[in-house]
Amino acid sequence: MLTSLGGVLFDGFAYGMLLFLLSVGLSVTLGMMNFINLAHGSFGMLGGYVTVTLMDRLGWPFLATLPAAFVAAAALSVVLERLLFRHSYRAGELDQVLLTIGVVFMSVASAAYIWGTVQQPVQLPDYFTGSFTFLGVNFAYYRLFLIGTALVVTLLLVAGLEWTRFGAQVRAAVDNQRMARGLGINVNLAFAITFALGSGLAGLGGSLAIAMVGLDPDFAFAYLVYVLIVVSVGGLASIGGSFAAATVLGISDIAGKYYFPALGSFLIYLVMVGVLMWRPAGLFGKR
Amino acid sequence: MASAAAPHAYLQQQARWHWVEIVFWLSTLLPFVLFPQYLQLASQIAITALFALSLDLILGYAGVVSLGHAAFFGLGAYTAGILSKFYWGEPLSLLVAGALVAGLVGYATSWIIAYFRHLALIMITLGLGLLLYEAANSASWLTGGADGLQGVRIRPLLDYFNFDLYGRTAYTYSLIVLFLAFLVTRRIIHSPFGLSLRGIRENPVRMPAIGAPSRAHIRKIYTIAAVMAGIAGALIAETTETVSLETLSFQRSADVLVILILGGAGRLYGGIVGAIIYMVARDQFSGVNPQFWYFWIGLLLVAVVMFLPNGILGGLARFTESWRRRSR
Repeated sequence: MLTSLGGVLFDGFAYGMLLFLLSVGLSVTLGMMNFINLAHGSFGMLGGYVTVTLMDRLGWPFLATLPAAFVAAAALSVVLERLLFRHSYRAGELDQVLLTIGVVFMSVASAAYIWGTVQQPVQLPDYFTGSFTFLGVNFAYYRLFLIGTALVVTLLLVAGLEWTRFGAQVRAAVDNQRMARGLGINVNLAFAITFALGSGLAGLGGSLAIAMVGLDPDFAFAYLVYVLIVVSVGGLASIGGSFAAATVLGISDIAGKYYFPALGSFLIYLVMVGVLMWRPAGLFGKR
Repeated sequence: MASAAAPHAYLQQQARWHWVEIVFWLSTLLPFVLFPQYLQLASQIAITALFALSLDLILGYAGVVSLGHAAFFGLGAYTAGILSKFYWGEPLSLLVAGALVAGLVGYATSWIIAYFRHLALIMITLGLGLLLYEAANSASWLTGGADGLQGVRIRPLLDYFNFDLYGRTAYTYSLIVLFLAFLVTRRIIHSPFGLSLRGIRENPVRMPAIGAPSRAHIRKIYTIAAVMAGIAGALIAETTETVSLETLSFQRSADVLVILILGGAGRLYGGIVGAIIYMVARDQFSGVNPQFWYFWIGLLLVAVVMFLPNGILGGLARFTESWRRRSR
């Protein structure tokens, strides 16, 4: 029991970091524009397919595909934002939900059409496949790499948001969009850049996810639920909140499946509904 | 119009039957003559229309966005299925049982629903739906889990009409239930209560100021919608004699949302028209490639949101309005 506890904590933390990468972008964009983007999981899926395709067809090394996945997801998100999403910022939440669910449907069908419905295999490079044991806990190299990447991204995000001019603009827009506009901040531009960065991070998360959770066209829907849980429990536009929520969710999901396999995902849904009823704005949300 | 009787006159005028409505309901009998081989599909359409009608009550009229409405559909279906497997299979009482269970759960959750709006509401309805799905999946001793519920036995309707292979009984039965539920819905919508629901949709904060308690009204309509969804679920269990986990799934909730939006939310016939178009199109196209079907659904959703904000019926209404004005 005790020896497995360390392993569950480590695996759960790594899984939580994956969820953090997938969801942090949505947390910030939702806080800025109140735009409910259910298509966020689709950008993660795109990142995954970019990695698979580049590795299989073009023989790129795994690490080189990660920036490519980031760029591809960010680029597609800019196109979609300019073409579709920006028209419904002022619309009600129902229109936003419908529009973005429509995009998810299309992305799932397109992925199934292009890559088929089978699980995509990914061959990790040799230096990621091993693991070492320390104090009875098995540390897989790949998960350590995942945790390291997520921590670096977190530091960059926090630093960028706290200490750069752009970060200050984003914070101002989150706190009070109309006031920020009144001060001459180009909120639309700031939002478009944030949207692209957030979607790019989802793409990065998606390509890192394949080796842990696999990749098929259901990815966009399956992880959408997890992403929404992280965002709504962590609170809008809170990087720290998303980090904490993703960690708790990752660990409790792995622990739940390890110790109570019969319950499946029942526990995390229960926790989510409970937290939302207690604090509708999320654990760390201000509004 | 300034007299005290004006609101009543307005409601009465709204509630009058239009000739198009009468033609529409008469034409629902056409499948018996024209497409006797498609009666099974027609009964599925009627059930889906009933389900969409129940969503319309909360989403279209009261403005409560739900991503977990399939929970009540599935509850009705599993109640009818499980009761018929272990106790008795009399269809009408099963319908009542399905409605009761769904209504009870709907009433219990309505206390939660009425307190939230926006993203928190969407997430809570989604979460409750997923919770029920996982519960049904885990309790496989009762529900059959992922394999679905086997051994549903339904007695003939009124102990006389068998549920035949062609779906003649199934369609007659579902159509009658749909029509009765439609009459109830129509009565609700054209009552002062229905009018105050629309007020709550537009502004839930101001309605209490003119004497309409928003939360109590939302609780009422949510429970009614749950009862109707439960009836629809029980119908599907009775007419297909199987219950699968899919009746509780997020996919089912999303589908009914698409159907309602496609037809036109906040309109009496929106759900019914949406169900006819969606189900017929799916029947025609899914043979080609079921995976690809969802691409067109997605494209349709995007197009409806961008260009037809009030659905097909809303677009038609606008079209006839401008046409009438021009011919005048």
